[in-house]
Amino acid sequence: MTTQTLDTKGMNCPLPILKTKKAIKGMNDGETIEVLSTDPGSVKDFEAFCRSTGNKLMESAEDDGVFRYIIEKA
Amino acid sequence: MPNEGSNNKKMSIIVTKGTLDWAYPPFILATTAAAMDVDVTMFFTFYGLQLLKKDLSHLQITTLGNPGMEMPMMGMHMTMPNIVSAIPGVDAAASAMMRSLIKKKGVASIPELRDMAVESDIKMIGCQMTLDLFEWDAKGMIPEMEIGGAALYMEGALDADINLYI
Repeated sequence: MTTQTLDTKGMNCPLPILKTKKAIKGMNDGETIEVLSTDPGSVKDFEAFCRSTGNKLMESAEDDGVFRYIIEKA
Repeated sequence: MPNEGSNNKKMSIIVTKGTLDWAYPPFILATTAAAMDVDVTMFFTFYGLQLLKKDLSHLQITTLGNPGMEMPMMGMHMTMPNIVSAIPGVDAAASAMMRSLIKKKGVASIPELRDMAVESDIKMIGCQMTLDLFEWDAKGMIPEMEIGGAALYMEGALDADINLYI
């Protein structure tokens, strides 16, 4: 279950990643966060961020210019 | 101090430039690396030390000698001939234009990125020699600045995975 949503719409690199990291810091392992972004570069960035940090990218989708990610803290 | 969830990777950046545009690469890479659990050290020397002054509102860009700078304007791109760039006030106008673009495009401001660097426990070393050379008072710099020299930087760089010079 997603415990919170982080809206980074309108923000540019690297703000969506920085804000996400900050939010994840305050979460417990196994909790998930939904992140919204309008930055097309965020698709590859969130994949790389999750690969490097070990957090799980459960979902990555786009709807009408808004990218939506579900990340599980690990 | 290592970041939470540190992966034992380290990065160092030597920051040598003190303009509004060149302040971006070091702060973006440093904060992003910290977000990816990398232990980051930044060494600010020469003009780069401008970026540790408490007040950053004086940062400017210059179009002089920079043919790569194209500012979007009314659906076109504007470049500035050097002879125009040399006129007093042009740098200030170009800098104001850059600041408004940064805001409009949702790009973080430099003070905002630097605050995030502080929050992420990024180690920021201010070069003592530069302070002496330009007669800058350490009191005018942010309190998170640690004063040091080349040896302090080298100690960290020697066992870092990535060392950048910007």
